[in-house]
Amino acid sequence: MADIFEKIKDIIVEQLGVEPEDVKPEASFVDDLGADSLDIVELVMALEETFDLQIPDEDAEKIHKVGEAVQYVIDHQ
Amino acid sequence: MNLGGKVAVVTGASRGIGRSVAVTLAELDAHVVVNYAGSADAAEETAALVRGFGVQALVIQADVSDQEQVNNMMQKVLQEFGRIDILVNNAGITRDNLLPRMREQDWDAVMNTNLKGAYHCAKAVLRPMLKARRGRIINISSVVALAGNSGQSNYAAAKAGLIGFTKSLAKEFGSRNITVNAVAPGYIATDMTADLSDESKAQLLSTVPLGRLGVPEDVAAAVAFLAGERAGYITGHVIVVDGGMAM
Repeated sequence: MADIFEKIKDIIVEQLGVEPEDVKPEASFVDDLGADSLDIVELVMALEETFDLQIPDEDAEKIHKVGEAVQYVIDHQ
Repeated sequence: MNLGGKVAVVTGASRGIGRSVAVTLAELDAHVVVNYAGSADAAEETAALVRGFGVQALVIQADVSDQEQVNNMMQKVLQEFGRIDILVNNAGITRDNLLPRMREQDWDAVMNTNLKGAYHCAKAVLRPMLKARRGRIINISSVVALAGNSGQSNYAAAKAGLIGFTKSLAKEFGSRNITVNAVAPGYIATDMTADLSDESKAQLLSTVPLGRLGVPEDVAAAVAFLAGERAGYITGHVIVVDGGMAM
């Protein structure tokens, strides 16, 4: 779990150019981390590649916060 | 202008404009994926011309109207080269007829190859281009998208659709340094225009200020420019290559 969080944190820092300390489970991608819709698409792509997942659009639409992304990966790995 | 080390996918590259685009990009040192749907021998001829410039050619049969075939093609390209820098959506067909005689299957076939094919290919290359934070997509439209043409309502609609598609993608992915442009050829001497009667050819020529049919190389030159580094600030644009016909 901590390992997955760290990996996702690295992806978010790299994709969104934010500070690591701002990437908290409760942080919203759009409201707190400044992601736009294309950033979200790219984040989902990066999650898919890093964790070897296929994330359907209807699932991706439900991922709004960092913690939700972590939980999704845990549930689907 | 040099495309050394870049990888270009050209759809419908066995003949005509597609072949000329493939050869021109190879001349600029790009490796070229020669896609074709049916003409295997012609595609191999294109590949031989490409290799003549000392770059690699990868020949892949795939019907662009089929997303799965397109995805498999792009997978193969990524396995072979590890990158896709340039996509030229050139594959196109005609099924001309006046509208009352145009069968639904003729409408659909033209839409599926000429317009939906570009959607399939662009969608498949966007992932590697987004990751690379760079890319060039060039859609081959047509002057009939702008001017219309009797007997080509399906072709004109599909080619006009490509222009809207081009501009939308340019807006979606500009922030990622991916440029998307269209080239709209006029009457170019290829197999596709070889069937025109002498009478309609003469009539056509009277509308072309430069007084000749275009050659595939005229179109390929515009594509090569858009594919190059120097066109990096041009996106969402349509370059008309028609001898001045549709001013």
